Amino acid sequence: MAKQHISFSLNGEQIDALVEPRELLVHTLRETLNLTGTHIGCETSHCGVCTVDLNGVSVKSCTVLAMQAHEGEVTTVEGLANGELHAVQQAFIEEHGLQCGFCTPGMLMRAQRLLQENPDPSEEEIRWGMAGNLCRCTGYQNIIKAVQSAAKKLQQEA
Amino acid sequence: MIPSGFEYHRPSSVQDAIRLLNENEDAKILAGGHSLLPMMKLRFAEPAHLIDLNGLAELKGIRLDGDTLCIGAMTTENELIDSDLVKQHCPLLVDVAKLVADPQVRNRGTVGGDVAHGDPGNDHPAVMLALDAEFVIQGPDGERRQAANGFFLGTYWTGLEEGEVMTEIRIPPIPANGGYGYNKLKRKTGDYATAGSTVVLELDGASCKEIRIGLTNVAPMAIRAEAAEDLLRGQNIDEALIEQAAELVMQACDPAEDLRGDIQYKTHMAAEMTRRSIRDALARAGS
Amino acid sequence: MATAEDRVKADIEREDALQGIGCSRKRKEDPRFVQGKGTYVDDVKLPGTLYADLVRSPFAHARIKGINKEKALALPGVHAVLTAEDLKPLNLHWMPTLAGDVQAVLADEKVHMQYQEVAVVIADDRYIAADAVDLVEVEYEALPVLVDPHKALDPDAPILREDAEDKDNVGQGPRKHPNHIFNWQVGDAEATERAFDEAEVTVKQEMYYPRVHPSPLETCGCVASFDKVNGKLDVYITSQAPHVVRTVVSMLSGVPESKVRIVSPDIGGGFGNKVGIYPGYVTAIVASIVIGRPVKWIEDRMEHLSTTAWARDYWMTGELAADKDGRIKGLKVDVLADHGAFNSHAQPTKWPAGFLSICTGSYDIPVAHVNVDGVYTNKSPGGVAYRCSFRVTEAVYVIERMMDVLAQKLGIDKAEIRRRNFVKPEQFPYETCLGWELDSGDYHTALDKVLAAVDYEGLRKEQAEKRAKGELMGIGLVTFTEVVGAGPSKNCDILGVGMFDSAEIRVHPTGSAIARMGTITQGQGHQTTYAQIIASELGIPSEEIQIEEGDTDTAPYGLGTYGSRSTPVGGAATAVAARKIRDKARKIAAHLMEVSEDDVEWDIDRFKVKGVPGQEKTMKEVAWAAYNNVPEGMEMGLEAVDYYDPPNFTYPFGTYLCVVDIDKYTGVVDIRRFYALDDCGTRINPMIIEGQVHGGLNEGFAVAMGQEMPYDEEGNLLGNTFMDYFIPTFVETPHWETDYTVTPSPHHPLGAKGVAESPHVGSIPCFTAAIVDALAHLDVTHVDMPHNAYRVWQTLHELGADKRD
Repeated sequence: MAKQHISFSLNGEQIDALVEPRELLVHTLRETLNLTGTHIGCETSHCGVCTVDLNGVSVKSCTVLAMQAHEGEVTTVEGLANGELHAVQQAFIEEHGLQCGFCTPGMLMRAQRLLQENPDPSEEEIRWGMAGNLCRCTGYQNIIKAVQSAAKKLQQEA
Repeated sequence: MIPSGFEYHRPSSVQDAIRLLNENEDAKILAGGHSLLPMMKLRFAEPAHLIDLNGLAELKGIRLDGDTLCIGAMTTENELIDSDLVKQHCPLLVDVAKLVADPQVRNRGTVGGDVAHGDPGNDHPAVMLALDAEFVIQGPDGERRQAANGFFLGTYWTGLEEGEVMTEIRIPPIPANGGYGYNKLKRKTGDYATAGSTVVLELDGASCKEIRIGLTNVAPMAIRAEAAEDLLRGQNIDEALIEQAAELVMQACDPAEDLRGDIQYKTHMAAEMTRRSIRDALARAGS
Repeated sequence: MATAEDRVKADIEREDALQGIGCSRKRKEDPRFVQGKGTYVDDVKLPGTLYADLVRSPFAHARIKGINKEKALALPGVHAVLTAEDLKPLNLHWMPTLAGDVQAVLADEKVHMQYQEVAVVIADDRYIAADAVDLVEVEYEALPVLVDPHKALDPDAPILREDAEDKDNVGQGPRKHPNHIFNWQVGDAEATERAFDEAEVTVKQEMYYPRVHPSPLETCGCVASFDKVNGKLDVYITSQAPHVVRTVVSMLSGVPESKVRIVSPDIGGGFGNKVGIYPGYVTAIVASIVIGRPVKWIEDRMEHLSTTAWARDYWMTGELAADKDGRIKGLKVDVLADHGAFNSHAQPTKWPAGFLSICTGSYDIPVAHVNVDGVYTNKSPGGVAYRCSFRVTEAVYVIERMMDVLAQKLGIDKAEIRRRNFVKPEQFPYETCLGWELDSGDYHTALDKVLAAVDYEGLRKEQAEKRAKGELMGIGLVTFTEVVGAGPSKNCDILGVGMFDSAEIRVHPTGSAIARMGTITQGQGHQTTYAQIIASELGIPSEEIQIEEGDTDTAPYGLGTYGSRSTPVGGAATAVAARKIRDKARKIAAHLMEVSEDDVEWDIDRFKVKGVPGQEKTMKEVAWAAYNNVPEGMEMGLEAVDYYDPPNFTYPFGTYLCVVDIDKYTGVVDIRRFYALDDCGTRINPMIIEGQVHGGLNEGFAVAMGQEMPYDEEGNLLGNTFMDYFIPTFVETPHWETDYTVTPSPHHPLGAKGVAESPHVGSIPCFTAAIVDALAHLDVTHVDMPHNAYRVWQTLHELGADKRD
């Protein structure tokens, strides 16, 4: 299939790309645009390591076509820090919320969006709100602590 | 897991989508994509054309038409969860949507796609049966309406004809003296139901005036447990009757064995979920 | 004048500034990971890279009648399609396995399992490669399929490995049938029989430990890049053992080992799955050598679950002989091991059943005998250590289950029966009847601490009350001992290479340091913890110590990271190398202060002259001097290497307790409480230890409660995506409570034992124990995993426990 032109905002910057219609957004980000922070884990939309923000909501970029990002806004883990680390990034370090790091970009992208949807989540709400992201290393407990700690920090800043 | 090539279409309107669907051989509608794209990646589905409805604002949104709740087919699960209208007029749908897949998938997955796909594992079909919903369908010959009851014909087989698009779902209100129950058993977040049961009922005093029981993933398609409904209708429902109804629910089941369970387990779980849903519905109706 | 108190305070401050052993130092790895700047294999981009994708067999057992590549080769962007016929001239169509068998790189005339690699396609990108895979036409003739290992040795069983049919040994001893791989026995069979004959009580229990897959979130893959001009081969690979990979790749390819560079970059979890060498790696390497361009191969999740190394699949029978008071007189363990189509489990070469003979556990058992038979079936090959040391999980499972079976038979409390049989603190080091020397332990203290913490008596009382009401509540208790830190080269090698590990440390003139190890982190935080060891040993702040691993061009040879061996072996090498440096530094310090070496003492970060306050040289000062002012006859520089061959294994232990409530109408199990006490000896970074324990518990939970790899009669693996294969999410995962005691290892330079695997090894039997305990009053002694709702309900239904009154 002939490649088609798409244009979208990526981490605040307007970009253009040529993509095959069947191309998955995660491949465009990783291969064409060289942003390899977004990972590929299960390819069936279960593991969440490919989580990015698309038009203000969390999506699994392995199950979105690049064509569907056209004229949209995409944020990846590379766009999270703004001069200094985002509160969730800092909290994951402080609370030991990561080990091998492979799920981490997806976790962070989901966590920062969850805290916009619900700035003060309970443990239960974090568990449900993060349930689309798998981790094999941490047993989740320190990720929950990290999200709670980031929530506190963000509320203090607000 | 890479899909085969296809041509991608971004229709400008529902009419345009219907035109594209009818003009192109081997075309498929792309709604949320979380059933279709994985199937395409596994190359179980290899459509030549994909018609993406995601840009069509006319298929979005939730409104009231009189006391009927009207939900655009492309409304996502998370939009259902967040909708004040849904919370107020059909909180059952909030309970259902919260147990669909996971947060990210709920941002993409649509209620119309869930219903129209015809997968017995999808959650909304049985709920729509229990709610006595009606589907608005547009095709080359215009618009028509079809009741949920009778719409689900088999696995990946619905009353949606070729070349038609589901545009809206219409849900009548649950009466003031009514109640609902929804219970879904699943192995983990992101899984389909091992068995699910939705009960919507209306009381007349202590007597059950009307009841509909929808069952998820225990037959080739979403089904109503009609014999159980007939048993309970007009009765003062007690535990003994619930037990009898559970037996009839088991008789209505025709599940496929898979890793979630064998036929015996799924059948028993359909009954157990129904027991719980009836009790929940009665509790809500009585409160 | 500084008071003594001031001095203590100053010492503590100096010590804290080092961030050494015992400090919950934040991880050095994290800043890059949280910013998406990790470099995993699929992130490696070399100019001109081509992509490999594999044609795989839909059949579990079939003869290949023909392969037609034409259509695939005609697809624009396809560079090559290689089959076994193409690899034959290079003698690369088969490869040796770590267990002494061979495995087909690309199927040679026959396929032996579903998804077996049949051909490799090389194309410009992964989309074209995927399309080309569909265009390769393979004609198969289906053969009878052998799925059930119990039928493998039947006289009329189909012969699977025709290539090995006439071999009387496929690497691990004599065999008795073409589908037989090995028989392995340890212990005194005769004395054990006698103990059983004479015993007052015997119990016997069959149990199946299901086939499960480690399934790290990153699948396996590599980028192979052969430089035709210089004859140099670089391979970036998801490997837990890059140096071993270099040796094997050199042996296979004929490229001299000095011209092979293996790089394990950031690895997205391993858990034992990334120890072995897979056909995909070899095909990418061959393709790169043939084509002369970099070739990337990254498998998808289905390929990962269907073909790469899994664990367990042990059909076990345990037997205990005891007296009426529950004191054990003998143990028998008999195992039928399903190894799949090729014997490519990853164990030290001389250990066909790994360290299964640690199955006497924490108990003083006078005599035991273990018998294991390994067989081929038409399933994917494996049998690796999934977050455990070689077959230790199976060993702990069988003994802990048997302790409960015995307790139930005798009506003795499950905690009490353990207490009666524990090896006592004064018995250490303790030689088990199967030949292990348990280095240290204090099992009674660990057990008592847990029972007090959870109010065990109270839980038992609550359970009795619930039972009276018809409710199902269970308490699982496990008091495990495992063996890690493989291992002494006298008993452990891989392909002839002893299982030592290594560290090389250089202290720079300005006092900072770089260290490289033969291990490789996959999330364990080596870049953080190894620096802490060096900080404590050399008085250099952790922050000034750079740790590197995984690049065979720079790191010293080591056997890698698996079997909890990094701290016991790599950590020991690090400490010893640091001590070599400190010894040299002491000489330099004495020289600088013009005193005898004997008059110099080490104090946190400096050398002091004994009894002369104020006369001291810091390590920083000594480092500078090492490059300009050393004693006569001493060579300059401040560096050391150590290849540490451990004198013994280490034996971490723990007590775990789990409380469950079972919904008897659905079979859903609620893990109400899980309390894990671990003793891993000296604790280097408590934060990281706790994280490792959480993760290990969660993987144990996954195994016990849902993971399985069932096959249908045609040899199709059922459930090879994350839809079916159980990876618990935040929602299913219980809350973990952790605790610890510290019983240092007497032979490890730091007293450390290793921890990451204990929670996996120990938790799995604990979940099973809790579920069985909930049903114990119904005369249930054992229920096989996984304990998903479906299976639990089946047990309840058979018992009639799901009936309504």
